[in-house]
Amino acid sequence: MSTKINVAPHAALSLLKRDLSLSLTRGGGPLLAVGFYLTLMAMIPLSLGSDSTTLSRVAPGLTWLSLALASLLSLERLFERDYEDGLFDILRLGPLPMEVIALLKCLAQWLGTGLMLAVLTPFVMIILGAPVDAAFISLIGAILGSLSFAIIGGIGASLSLGTRKGGVLIALLVLPFYVPPVIFGAGLMQAYLTGAPITQALSLLCAYALFALALGPIAMGAALKSALS
Amino acid sequence: MSLSVTLDKISLKKGYNLLISNLNLEVGSGDAISLTGQNGVGKTTLLRAIAGFFSPQTGKISAFDDHGLIDPIRFRTEFIHYLGHHDALSPTRTTEQELRFQAQYLNANENNYQFAVQYLNLSPLLDLETRLLSAGQKRRVSLARLLIAPRRLWLLDEPMSPLDAHQRDLAARLMQDHLSDGGIIIAAVHDPLPFETRIVHLTRPDLKAQEAALVD
Repeated sequence: MSTKINVAPHAALSLLKRDLSLSLTRGGGPLLAVGFYLTLMAMIPLSLGSDSTTLSRVAPGLTWLSLALASLLSLERLFERDYEDGLFDILRLGPLPMEVIALLKCLAQWLGTGLMLAVLTPFVMIILGAPVDAAFISLIGAILGSLSFAIIGGIGASLSLGTRKGGVLIALLVLPFYVPPVIFGAGLMQAYLTGAPITQALSLLCAYALFALALGPIAMGAALKSALS
Repeated sequence: MSLSVTLDKISLKKGYNLLISNLNLEVGSGDAISLTGQNGVGKTTLLRAIAGFFSPQTGKISAFDDHGLIDPIRFRTEFIHYLGHHDALSPTRTTEQELRFQAQYLNANENNYQFAVQYLNLSPLLDLETRLLSAGQKRRVSLARLLIAPRRLWLLDEPMSPLDAHQRDLAARLMQDHLSDGGIIIAAVHDPLPFETRIVHLTRPDLKAQEAALVD
């Protein structure tokens, strides 16, 4: 057993590094999601009109909605490429259990894409008319939210592995579970802007991210094992 | 350290289809097995079952070393190399990045990496993205894994098929060295390997066995 514990950090680190560099380069990388996010946000004033009171009222909610949709974009290729290339055959013969492999792949995807969307969120919200002092709290919220989106999305991606054109299927599977962070996240902003206490929404957002971190790997591990057998 | 692997009356199914029924096989250090049989008879499925990617429908696969039975998870993660149809290379990464990753992931040391690159003459390929490699070159890059992380049991699926005559000689030498070091090779092949192997010919189970398996 002692050898296993010594070996695993190397393996985990190398897998994280590999997947991070892949998520930054392949298929347009984070540019695709970032471009989608910004375009969607640019369309909001065009569709709702440029009245700043309306915009600043709906800004937090719409930002969260767009964040959820942009997080969906890169899910399809989260496991699919490595599955087709046969890389999982190597990964399974290494020291990491499938649950850890899946979690690391989600985290790499999150660091490459989700985190970038989270960093953009305060800017987008402010451009739409939210007050500047809400930037920090919206960044914290978006980081927690995008982490939940990445891991819940990973569950959907692992379940649809091996089905051709699984993208739409993933969206259908995953979107219902994106609802809680959207509610808590938009609620957090609403509470902050109206001066109500923010601890409740913030702790629910944290709780959901922790829930995803705890249960996601187990679900992904089981789904991947069955897809790969 | 000796290693032996025992397949005890295993049956393998793919979907509802019974591929292999009641197969017994015993291999020990220094053995080379050629799995032969027509397409679709279950050679790849058998290799994947031995690799521990899924458990057989019935029967048991167990491995023993000098200390007795090896834990199945330890067996899978420390003793086995599996080279499948796919070369497990990401098309957008360079050969060097992929080999370095494999070395680090499988906790190999630098000397083995250098030795593998030299032995298989991979240095001209290191800077190329793997999508630019030919099928034979890709296979040569995959073979490097066998040298980078020394493991006892090699499960090879059509290892020679894309290689040219010269590379086949090289691969054969690699395998023979492995056998003389006490390793084991189980290879699915259509053309016989260029050294002495024990041939295990797989055939389809008879209709009665296939029907019986449908009920399970």
